[in-house]
Amino acid sequence: MSLLFLGVGNLHRGDDGVGPYLAHKMAESGVLDSCGVEVLPHSGEGASLIHLWEDQKKVVIVDCMKTGLPLGTVRRFDAVKEKLNSGVFRYSSHLFGLAEATEIARQLGKLPPAMIIYGIEGISFSFEEPRSAEVDAILPEVEFAVIKDFQQEV
Amino acid sequence: MAKAAKSKKATPKKAKAKKPVNVTRTIQVDELSRVEGEGALLVRIKDGKIKECKFKIVEPPRFFEAFLRGRSFTEVPDITARICGICPMAYLMGAQQAMEDAFQMEITTEIRDLRRLMYCGEWIESHVLHAAMLHAPDFLGIDDVLQLAATNPEVVESALQLKKLGNDILEVIGGGRAIHPVNTKVGGFYKAPTKKAVRALADRLKWGIDASIELTKLFGTFDFPDYEYEYNYVSLTHPDEYAIVEGDVMSSEGLHIPVREFHKHFREKHVAHSTALQGSLREDGQPYLTGPNARYNNNYKQLTRRCKSLAKEIGLDTVCHNPFKSILVRMIETLYSCEEALRLVKAYEEPDPIFIEAKPRASEGFGMTEAPRGVCFHRYELDDKGLVVNATISSPTAQNQPQIERDLYGVVERSMDLDHDALKWRCEQTIRNYDPCISCSTHFLKLTMIKE
Repeated sequence: MSLLFLGVGNLHRGDDGVGPYLAHKMAESGVLDSCGVEVLPHSGEGASLIHLWEDQKKVVIVDCMKTGLPLGTVRRFDAVKEKLNSGVFRYSSHLFGLAEATEIARQLGKLPPAMIIYGIEGISFSFEEPRSAEVDAILPEVEFAVIKDFQQEV
Repeated sequence: MAKAAKSKKATPKKAKAKKPVNVTRTIQVDELSRVEGEGALLVRIKDGKIKECKFKIVEPPRFFEAFLRGRSFTEVPDITARICGICPMAYLMGAQQAMEDAFQMEITTEIRDLRRLMYCGEWIESHVLHAAMLHAPDFLGIDDVLQLAATNPEVVESALQLKKLGNDILEVIGGGRAIHPVNTKVGGFYKAPTKKAVRALADRLKWGIDASIELTKLFGTFDFPDYEYEYNYVSLTHPDEYAIVEGDVMSSEGLHIPVREFHKHFREKHVAHSTALQGSLREDGQPYLTGPNARYNNNYKQLTRRCKSLAKEIGLDTVCHNPFKSILVRMIETLYSCEEALRLVKAYEEPDPIFIEAKPRASEGFGMTEAPRGVCFHRYELDDKGLVVNATISSPTAQNQPQIERDLYGVVERSMDLDHDALKWRCEQTIRNYDPCISCSTHFLKLTMIKE
């Protein structure tokens, strides 16, 4: 059983890149090394997410979301306790992304014992658009929360 | 393995109702779901007659062919692989083949077999994702894979494992990356995968054979809309094997040509409602069909005995003209890929040499492979240093697009008695018959600027 951090999204699609950006940043700084956390960027493709979650003790995920909340709003989902609505997290490929993978894993009894998802409200999702300032502004807070989530485990 | 849930109906969930004929009906789906990329659909019916029928591809074009110009032949397969995250092999291997054709390189049987094994991995993962998780819900009257996980969890469980098996084949050979492998190059591979790692796939492939048979039998119990079409089936064909990675181009109307003559017989044109080009026969402008049904019909005799016997058991004839049954053909091909991969895994020895050295020269090269959704054509013009002067790539979805519209027309014509929601459902199901990869098909758009 191990600990996993996933930064989900596409680095080249504006705000959608916030997850992988944070994953790269945290991997480079080694900030989660002392907690023994594996840090990975991920496209959000559903099937591989379910496989990655297998045998994990705790998974923390950061992804961009599109719900109509003000830009840069952060929502913390306890995925073990609450159901996720399809379409909250953006993933174009065959509409099988983070929310769908979470709910399928729940149906199949494959959710890890602890899974926290941070959704950051975004607005720009086109290729090579920059991330919004509001999204970047909230990142230190999200990073701090992720570290705290893992520190509870050690 | 589960039986098809008894309560599930293979027909759309909304009740059917007769509609008066003297009204205008518009079926509009702005964002198609359960397909790769962004597509839309418009059908306009007036007084019981179809006035307009368009499968719109609205994904922004990505200009791959333009930015390949000036790039070295060594980079091209890795760049084109980025056209698609579902079928990168079709782009990677098609480009490799074209470069090897241009430089007149002879590829060894061992390297060729390793490529075929890798491609089997892509067929397994792509076919299973589409057939079991995206297309099957259409036949069960449910919305998506999420509901499928509730009604038939063992189907989703099995599909996820099969998909992982396909990914793992790609990872073992591709250097630890399933989607965009780093171990492949023009002429072969950078490093031979170890015999131990490749042979270790055998047991899971044996499981894959059983799992794909079970899923196929289950899908064989679905009810299929009654629609057939006299397609012109276009696929690769090879004298010694069920064509996947190489071969000549053949059509069921009697054409048999080398890949380099593809554009002498087939063309692509731009239409206003699509950012993807549309394929047709050069001779008469007629559409054609590429993909699983085309391969099955053109190359049935080269399937394994087990595939033929399973096809017979689920009621598939030696030819299949019903596009809705492509879900069954995809599963037969999944079984074939597991069997073929197992054969290749068992026979695997680490190739030596692992690649053939490329010697660039000014030339033109052609390549074509069978992407899970149909033939994918590549042509490159190269200078004496091996830099790309010109590139043309024809994706399977772009080629199928006019046929998809024609089938939509035919299906709507036969389904006028369905109510709005049921007809809309049927139209979307029709499009999903082709497993369209819309992102792939929009890599090119001809842009003309007139300045006055």
